[in-house]
Amino acid sequence: MKTDDLVNLLATGEVAVPRRSASGRIGLAVLAALPVSFVILFGEYGLRPDLVQAMFWPMFWVKVLFPLCIAAAAFVTVQRLARPGVRMRHAWWGGVLPVLGIWGLAAFVWFSVPIEERMPLLMGQSWRICALSIGFMALPVFAATFVALRGLAPTRPALAGAAAGALAGGVGASVYALHCMELTAPFLAVWYVSGIAVPVLLGASLGPRLLRW
Amino acid sequence: MARNTVGSRTTPSDAEAALRRLFLRGLDGDAGAYREFLQKLSAHLRAFLGKRLFGWPDEVEDLVQECLLAMHNQRHTYQSDQPLTAWVHAIARYKMIDLLRAKSVREDLHDPLDDDLAVFAASATEASDAKRDLGGLLQTLPERQRLPIVHVKIEGLSVAETASLTGMSESAVKVGIHRGLKALAAKFGGGAAP
Repeated sequence: MKTDDLVNLLATGEVAVPRRSASGRIGLAVLAALPVSFVILFGEYGLRPDLVQAMFWPMFWVKVLFPLCIAAAAFVTVQRLARPGVRMRHAWWGGVLPVLGIWGLAAFVWFSVPIEERMPLLMGQSWRICALSIGFMALPVFAATFVALRGLAPTRPALAGAAAGALAGGVGASVYALHCMELTAPFLAVWYVSGIAVPVLLGASLGPRLLRW
Repeated sequence: MARNTVGSRTTPSDAEAALRRLFLRGLDGDAGAYREFLQKLSAHLRAFLGKRLFGWPDEVEDLVQECLLAMHNQRHTYQSDQPLTAWVHAIARYKMIDLLRAKSVREDLHDPLDDDLAVFAASATEASDAKRDLGGLLQTLPERQRLPIVHVKIEGLSVAETASLTGMSESAVKVGIHRGLKALAAKFGGGAAP
């Protein structure tokens, strides 16, 4: 085949593309998937009964907002990774800093309590189900973001998949925080971070397979 | 070697501005400008890839075509405030890595995957034929994708004419073109390699 023939083929017929037709896709995917996460929350888990009361405790907001910060940074990062030639820059730091912050807080708490109180703080009542539940809550956003990415053009598919996972994991952890009763920094530092890490690793491994174009 | 690189007198930034103007007009629906853009772009890609794939001159034209089709399919991902060079370079690099990975000779490369962004630095207009056969690849597509591509993109019929000719709806024709070109891109990269 001659390249000129291909050029003629591509340039014949309708060639227009609406400007900015790609810009809202990932945002729309998150908006479409978020209600599904809430359906899982209400259907399978339920809100924590003392939610209104908990809203007056700073640790509750740490628990809701640190994953949301990760999700926001991952959203910016995945938007950039979805377009060829757009540099990732430092957006990913926004995802790392909240994790470092919660680890620092956890270390502070860990060393400031007597040894016999440490393990209960770390394990809480629900360590068995926490990471898995966050992964479960992350699933709708994870799938929707991957679908959106398949319509875009990530040139670094493993990174794009990981960022999609961080976005999903952050959203999932924030939603799960409305159910979860745990409020200690060591618990969040281990189990919430693990719950977010699961979709990140899954995304990094699925990206090269599912996001090829 | 017969393929010679025609050193263009324009600087890369001139080329960037000219190509970008043509591309943006194309995105607004100017098919003539879009054709000119693709022609100039293919010459730049040929020079850019030829320099980096000097070990496999036969692969260059295949890869030029693969890049052109990929850029066409992904043209909605270009942001008009972004340098076109960066967008083109990222796609060309992605497709080149894909090819090299398929050849699994990455370790033998000296340094073709540099971060030199000078996609538009040179232009080579003399094309050799690619080994790939478009007609044969089109035959492998399902009818709902093949017919719209043949009628609209090769014979130059309008979407409405194609719709009445094939009995498909107009949106089905458009979707068929879109999906068919994506499917072709997948075949360009994968199954078509000898």
